[in-house]
Amino acid sequence: MSAATLAGLTSAALVGLGLYGLLIAPHPLRKILAFNILGSGVFLLFGIIARKGAAAGFAADPVPQAMVITGIVVAFSATALAVALLLRLFQETGRATLDPDAPTKTPDTGADG
Amino acid sequence: MSVIQALDIGLAVLVLAVAGWTITAREAFGSVVGYVAYGLLLSLVWVRLFAVDVALTEAAIGSGVTGVLLISAVVRLRRTEAPAAAERPGIVLRLLAGALCAVVAAALATVVLLMPDPGATLAPDAAKHLDELGVGNPITAVLIAYRSFDTMLEKVVLILAVIGVWSLARDRTWGGAAGPRRIARPEGALAFLAQLLPPLGIVVGIHIVWVGANEPGGAFQGGAILAAMALIVMMARLAEAPEIRARWLRLALIAGPAVFLAIGVAGFALPGSFLAYPAGWAKPLILFIEAFMTLSIAATLPMLVIGPPNHPPRP
Amino acid sequence: MLAMALALATTGGGYLLVLAIIVPVIGMLLSLVVGGRYAERIALALMPAGLGLSLAIAVEVWVTGQPLVYILGDWKPPLGIALRADGFSAVMLVTAALVIAAAGYFARASFSTPPELAEKRAPLAFWTLLQGLWAALTVVFLGGDLFNLFVALELLTFSAVPLVCLDGRPETLTAALRYLLFALFGSVLYLLGTALLYGSYGTLDIVLLAYRISADPVVAPAVCVAAGLMTAGLLAKAALFPLHLWLPPAHANAPAAASAVLSALVVKGAFFLIVRLWFDVMPGLASQAVTTVLATLGSAAILFGSVLALRQPRLKLLVAYSTVAQIGYLFLMFPLVAGDHPWSAEAWNGGVMQTLSHAFAKAAMFLAAGLVAEQLGHDRIAELRGIGRAMPMTVFAFGLGGLSLMGLPPSGGFAAKWLLMQASVESGQWAWAVIMLAGGLLAGGYVYRVIAPALANASIAVKAPASRRREGVALALAFGAVLLGFAPDGFFGLLQIGRPLAAVALR
Repeated sequence: MSAATLAGLTSAALVGLGLYGLLIAPHPLRKILAFNILGSGVFLLFGIIARKGAAAGFAADPVPQAMVITGIVVAFSATALAVALLLRLFQETGRATLDPDAPTKTPDTGADG
Repeated sequence: MSVIQALDIGLAVLVLAVAGWTITAREAFGSVVGYVAYGLLLSLVWVRLFAVDVALTEAAIGSGVTGVLLISAVVRLRRTEAPAAAERPGIVLRLLAGALCAVVAAALATVVLLMPDPGATLAPDAAKHLDELGVGNPITAVLIAYRSFDTMLEKVVLILAVIGVWSLARDRTWGGAAGPRRIARPEGALAFLAQLLPPLGIVVGIHIVWVGANEPGGAFQGGAILAAMALIVMMARLAEAPEIRARWLRLALIAGPAVFLAIGVAGFALPGSFLAYPAGWAKPLILFIEAFMTLSIAATLPMLVIGPPNHPPRP
Repeated sequence: MLAMALALATTGGGYLLVLAIIVPVIGMLLSLVVGGRYAERIALALMPAGLGLSLAIAVEVWVTGQPLVYILGDWKPPLGIALRADGFSAVMLVTAALVIAAAGYFARASFSTPPELAEKRAPLAFWTLLQGLWAALTVVFLGGDLFNLFVALELLTFSAVPLVCLDGRPETLTAALRYLLFALFGSVLYLLGTALLYGSYGTLDIVLLAYRISADPVVAPAVCVAAGLMTAGLLAKAALFPLHLWLPPAHANAPAAASAVLSALVVKGAFFLIVRLWFDVMPGLASQAVTTVLATLGSAAILFGSVLALRQPRLKLLVAYSTVAQIGYLFLMFPLVAGDHPWSAEAWNGGVMQTLSHAFAKAAMFLAAGLVAEQLGHDRIAELRGIGRAMPMTVFAFGLGGLSLMGLPPSGGFAAKWLLMQASVESGQWAWAVIMLAGGLLAGGYVYRVIAPALANASIAVKAPASRRREGVALALAFGAVLLGFAPDGFFGLLQIGRPLAAVALR
């Protein structure tokens, strides 16, 4: 099994793990972490496609690699925006939850405010 | 099984184990630390895939800068973990989600195993034009020449992210600075590092940008290192973050896409196409663009990490 | 290979495509640097320019009868990136320019910088984000490369999300975070699909990919998986049932001008890409099964969204759930357009007409709802009795928009429904016609919920008379939705330009 295929199977597993975390994790920060793992799995898939596209004296196809670099930067910006939103939400309400009814509850008791 | 194969399998198992830990850890802090380790391991995987540029970017941005961001967030959000844990979905929902994710992973694994070897590739096309561009690193050629529109748009994405993050400030702190205030006499290990590392980091960063035309490296990687140096200095409280109303900061932020656009529009005139490079001028133009891109990235990444301003502007 | 050669060379008016993209980008960058009240002035000054460019593109496409193409940097695909404008792109560009200009003009009252301040948070953020959003939409409508479209989708998300929570209230922050997470989920699935497509065919250019996919005798499993993933991701962004949960709180709680742009244009961007994917990149995959699934989800959206709209206590939430329902109509066009049937062209025209008329009607309704909320201090439907006497123009605008949503003549909504129902009947797929009729009735129900008390003979206390100009903007948009109903045959000819099946016929 070549390194590329192994990395490909790893990327499939990472996508599955990340997707699970994104769907299930209750805390938004964990969702953001899971999104990052999911994203890195997708980038790894690009990576094995690049490796399998080795030709013309290059060890890997440069086009998918460039796409991954762009993707990493975009994923970081997304994480930064999401974290800033989450921290602001925490600042305003003292909670970090996506529950739409949460803002009407008081942070301490959780009862309807 | 050769040594290399054994190492590869070990690396893959380790990556999956750490990723699994990140998803299932009880405490968010442990999860974030796991993610930083995961990012560094992933860089090793990228090196094994012969994608050194990507490995550098993953280590610098994917693991490094993202790690700083997430750690500072998880520490502030400690209080919210217990109530969030109470909202965990029930076992049925978890099983359903698990099944769905397993199906997706299986579909992907099947597609990966069925992939032809060697696969479809643009490497020959990319290699064909490297000489006329005068660039040795094909990834730089893709980023700044062949698919430069992608890169230009991505710089705009970065700026929008900064505006989005800044817009989350309170009205009364708009125009001010983010992050901790400066201390007169900072002490401790972090302050020591923050005095020692930045000169070195700046040299390394600029070197990586310069070298990126022909070797692995480039504006993103070098810019990320410069950004890391700026962050260390700010976190050690040796210097304050700039106020977001500062004209020089805003100019630094837009310098990358602005220069890119200007050269692109100039491309309408001489070589006849937007974002085209006139013959013989490609390499100096590419380096010129990369220089300003590095400046923008070095300005943008720290702004994204330290977040919206939380001090009112100085009168 | 006539179609291929045409698609890979810059056409005469191609430079217009580049200008259309860089004008809002330059505006946004300038606005950030110059800052303060100039951000607003730059944004408003560039709107006529953008509108002019989009009209020029439409005229050029119409006159030449061919899509416009621009090869960026003279690097031909598959290595480089192309921009392409067909009839659908052109009309979406013009619609976007008009709606954004209207929203911008409307928003001047809420987002102006007070004279004593050099710069204020919400105005600077609003005007820069609005221009970023416009640039993003333009790239979505003109992009010819799937990875380029991914970056454009991210651009769109990053412009739209902060607009939702500009006022900083906890409800809007929660809604914005939810929106962001759904959008990121969508983006990453889309990216996964593009990875698989590149791995199979070595290109992400839409025309080249379409050619290579159709040249394969058997559909590769990678393409199926990619199609499924990308569609799932884009459906999350387009808020199709059951992935619509993020939309109502986000669109209802955003500032009025932002809600108008979000409902009218941003969700249509994702829908536009789904159409591109299924009818341009992989038409061979658009089987009966797949398109029926999409249309079934659309039907569920229509019924579910309309019923929920009937039950909302707040006006803006009612309008937001109406968006969820109306997006469902867009997906009814899939089983009717797929394949090369006599009714496909009709269904295509109907689907595009629905996209355009909903954009104008919904924008008008959100602006009207915003005016009402401003004047009353709340938007509870139960307490709207008599608002029609205090703000007749506003209620009229809302009513006209509702007319289009219901699909009553004369309106763009009626024209769209008529075309889609004709296609549905001709193709023997009666179910969709029934769903459309039911949807129209339900829309009538929730519009009546608002209009009936509004026109009641009661007096109501408003804070101040609404600005005539802002009411006029809402009314103008509503008239736009109605005017679409009078579109001449030539308009439908424009919509057909660049249609994939036409390209296939050329080969």
